[in-house]
Amino acid sequence: MEVPILKQGAVLIATFQAALSDADLNHLRMGLVQQVVKFRSRAVIVDVTAMDVMDSFASRTLREIAHMIRLRGAETVIVGIQPEVAFAMVQLGLTLEGVATALDLEEGLAYLNEKFKTTN
Amino acid sequence: MSAGEIRVAINSDQDIVSARQKGRGMANELGFSSGDATLIATAISELARNIVSYARKGEITLKVVNGLNRQGIAVIASDDGPGIADIRQALRDGFSTSGSLGLGLPGVRRLMDEFDISSQPGRGTVVSVKKWRQ
Repeated sequence: MEVPILKQGAVLIATFQAALSDADLNHLRMGLVQQVVKFRSRAVIVDVTAMDVMDSFASRTLREIAHMIRLRGAETVIVGIQPEVAFAMVQLGLTLEGVATALDLEEGLAYLNEKFKTTN
Repeated sequence: MSAGEIRVAINSDQDIVSARQKGRGMANELGFSSGDATLIATAISELARNIVSYARKGEITLKVVNGLNRQGIAVIASDDGPGIADIRQALRDGFSTSGSLGLGLPGVRRLMDEFDISSQPGRGTVVSVKKWRQ
């Protein structure tokens, strides 16, 4: 299953579907970093609203994506972690330390706008 | 196969997704809250992942279980893989031999109500967990 990546100005928006396999996640990781390079993007928003489960592999992949993109000089924001998914993540002991998160796409964009404003 | 039992063969990462979706489906049918259904689906995802990472293939069985005044789901993850030499160590947070996060088993134990494991080096591993409907 391909994850659609939209380009909105300097921001790339990747929207996760419900049932992503490990292969899909790995594919997305490479695809996102390549597109950040190609479009000289300043930020990536990963929207996980539809994700049914965030297990250890999915959260590790998200952390890796964020770190790779940071090395490229851009920002990553994870948006839309559902309350139930957040609860399961905490029980499992998973954290997204060092990765910015926001309530939803709108909040994620607002966070980035604020950030770009202060760095300009 | 009896009613209220689903078996899912685990051979690839795609099977991890299908096992957890079937588990969530069963939890929904039994009237689990969506929060508990997510906990069950997450536990199944981790157990199926252990099978793929350590044993490469195995099976997840989902069963409806009846307690005294309650109903629940049992998830049994079994494989004929290398087994676990030191179960106590494997149940400690932070332990991993495959370069993964090493949160698998202790994390799964926290997600579910009951947790059992039996394993013999060279013979395989069976992890069986239960969640009761609130």
